[in-house]
Amino acid sequence: MKRVLAAFFPGMIFGFGLAAAQMTNPLKVLGFLDLAGAWDPSLLFVLGGAVAVTLLAFRFILRQPTPIFDSRFYLPASQGIDRALLLGAAIFGVGWGISGYCPGPAIASLAAPTSETWVFLPALLVGTGLHRWRTFHSRSHTPT
Amino acid sequence: MHITHFTPLNALLGGVLIGIAASLLLWLNGRIAGISGIVGHVVIPWPPKESVWRLSFLFGLVAGAAIYYFFWGGAPLARTEFPGWLLALGGLLVGFGTSLGSGCTSGHGVCGLGRRSLRSLVATIVFLVVAILTTFVVRHIGGVYS
Repeated sequence: MKRVLAAFFPGMIFGFGLAAAQMTNPLKVLGFLDLAGAWDPSLLFVLGGAVAVTLLAFRFILRQPTPIFDSRFYLPASQGIDRALLLGAAIFGVGWGISGYCPGPAIASLAAPTSETWVFLPALLVGTGLHRWRTFHSRSHTPT
Repeated sequence: MHITHFTPLNALLGGVLIGIAASLLLWLNGRIAGISGIVGHVVIPWPPKESVWRLSFLFGLVAGAAIYYFFWGGAPLARTEFPGWLLALGGLLVGFGTSLGSGCTSGHGVCGLGRRSLRSLVATIVFLVVAILTTFVVRHIGGVYS
């Protein structure tokens, strides 16, 4: 239960921050991505503010032997820079540049859903599911 | 017309909150606040027990945005002229791409850069550059704006 609440509150602060920064508005995001238009550098300030905090805080947190409510830190295993990373990031970039939504704002849009939410979010889940299912499938059929 | 205003203070404040949220999740639960990864494990909830905190985080995400809109307003409206098929294509690509590339703006951007991960830095540069090029094509060659 503690772990469940300890996930809810960071989620809440995250969603509040996204809305406060207007990152839930795809036009605001596209205003940043559109360098040739009336450029709006806001997104850079959002990312800069967030990374300034994580750069400082993560260093301190990861020096602790364990997190507060769990027995270890769950960090991604270092895989190096591979084809999947580059191709995946590029495909994501195309989808983001088309729509102005990345996954966080797409989920947060459920707080005040519009007709866009009901198109983008199901498509996002299908896209995610397609890839997850493919990796699941290949993992269970190829010996490792 | 699409008029966007530069809002440096709100952007910085929102960003700092996002950074605090990611730090709290790591400090309390030892987890990375990568939203595409969290969504991925909810879409195919295996192992099921591992989906509970993730669902909780996502409920929190929606609740946090709802609280902001309740007190300060500013919930975005739907774009009336934006083609639905483009939105659907965008969703498919964002879902597939973030799953294949193991992260999005939060996982690679906010958390990966915070961990000084070279992998995340490369991913962040790639999706930013590709998104900027794509927006140029959609808006200035395709003529799709709102």
